[in-house]
Amino acid sequence: MEELGIRPAAATPPDRERVPPIRAVPVRHYGRWVFLGVLVAAVVLLARAFSGADIDYAITLRHLTTANVLGGLVNTVVISVLAQAVGIALGVVFAVMGMSRHAEVRAVSAAYVWLFRGTPVLVQLLLWYNLSLVVSTVTIPGLGSWPTNQLITPFVAALLGLGINEGAYMTEIVRAGIQSVDRGQTEAAHALGMSPLLTMRRVVLPQAMRVIVPPTGNEFVSMLKLSSLAYAIQYGELLQSAVKIYSNNLAIVELLLTVSIWYLVLTSVATVFQGLLERRYSRGVTGVTGSSPSLRARLLGLRTKGTP
Amino acid sequence: MTVMPAVSALDVRKRYGQVQVLNGIDLEVAPGEVCCVIGPSGSGKSTFLRCVNHLEKIDAGRLQVNGQLVGYRERNGMLHELREREIAARRREIGMVFQRFNLFPHMTALENVMEAPRRVKGEAKDVVRERSTRLLDRVGLGARGDAYPAQLSGGQQQRVAIARALAMEPRLMLFDEPTSALDPELVGEVLDVMRDLAASGMTMVVVTHEIAFAREAGDTLVFLDHGVIVESGRPREVLARPRHDRTRAFLSKVL
Repeated sequence: MEELGIRPAAATPPDRERVPPIRAVPVRHYGRWVFLGVLVAAVVLLARAFSGADIDYAITLRHLTTANVLGGLVNTVVISVLAQAVGIALGVVFAVMGMSRHAEVRAVSAAYVWLFRGTPVLVQLLLWYNLSLVVSTVTIPGLGSWPTNQLITPFVAALLGLGINEGAYMTEIVRAGIQSVDRGQTEAAHALGMSPLLTMRRVVLPQAMRVIVPPTGNEFVSMLKLSSLAYAIQYGELLQSAVKIYSNNLAIVELLLTVSIWYLVLTSVATVFQGLLERRYSRGVTGVTGSSPSLRARLLGLRTKGTP
Repeated sequence: MTVMPAVSALDVRKRYGQVQVLNGIDLEVAPGEVCCVIGPSGSGKSTFLRCVNHLEKIDAGRLQVNGQLVGYRERNGMLHELREREIAARRREIGMVFQRFNLFPHMTALENVMEAPRRVKGEAKDVVRERSTRLLDRVGLGARGDAYPAQLSGGQQQRVAIARALAMEPRLMLFDEPTSALDPELVGEVLDVMRDLAASGMTMVVVTHEIAFAREAGDTLVFLDHGVIVESGRPREVLARPRHDRTRAFLSKVL
């Protein structure tokens, strides 16, 4: 070291106290002030427009808790949760099928995604709802048969339409999650004598969840809003409850604002729930406590710097 | 000698596309033997090890572990492929330790060790916990059972991986370059655990670059090159007096 002329730095330079701290003129961000000004002006204009508009906010607020709206709210939550559950289940099944060694199994998965992701969900809902036009009875050999129009209620049609459509998107999400898990994990599990199914359930899927959960949360938030399409097939969800009321009292915008408030509440709750799940599945990756964006950051859709 | 060999390979061949990786491997490993496999990278030593527990399929030859064909059942002179379930059942008797540890990152060290005995063998939880804790003690990590892999050093992770493999009470242990991914100062702690294991009478096949380990702990040393065994014998003899030029050339580079 000596002959190279490198010497360890002295522990404390004697004149350290006399070095003045840096005092520099910070960079001025004039653009920020301009932006803030425009923003304030826009908010003021919007507020004036809405307060001056012919909207009776008392009606909006009053209908937040009427039996009709609350009933629609419950139905929206029920159909969204169930359809998302159907979607996740189908997604896992078809994602695993999509990675099969057998080409014909992979083809089934590909065809499913192609068909249900390639057609509008509203069209799918209407098709399910009108199934009785083309198939009059549904027969399960050994179990019995039922007339289609009794079997396919608006609820069942909505569940099938939304759930099966969602499954196509979930297939892609689950596949991406499974593929994100290191191949060595599967090998280690196999080397321990774990069967392919056990390996998937205990080793691969729990790790894939870290990749699967964030987009699934997005999907569920979408689903809460997408379920309003079931209005078109007479399912009594939130939007339908509003339509029913405003076709009587003609307070169209007031009622649409009522349901908008409820949709915002639902999506906010879903967002919080998603954060908790993400924390749960980051176990072992970021240490003991999984870190995840703060609640406020999540609700406002902000991402802190450095967050992937 | 009527002792059934733990591993018996006869003219084992394997190719990936155009590349012949294994070109006729003949090898017998006796129960209790520690067989170290060395050779340049690409010589097929890891592939051979992976064939032994059927992570890779062989194309030709016969490969037996504890007297049973790997991946097949023989009936009336015909080979029948085993089902996934049967392959998994046979792997329970073979422990494997990987170069990159491959611990399950979402489980603690103790959960990693307990997983297979619990889920595969269905053993009672307290029995498995007791044995797993003992195994972690044995590899010197009794106090780190609650740690996740990401909180452990490479050497500690590899020791947990060894405990995890031992938890299935295998009759044969395979090591695939277990110290190659470790920082130099962490190699010793893993080799110590392996030395203990060898001394306890475990049958081991170790693919390694640690010549010193092969010399001290190995019963046989096998030098593999271009998919064939160039020479094998007692480690000290092979290392001191290699009979082949290729062995000599390789040893001159690694010693």
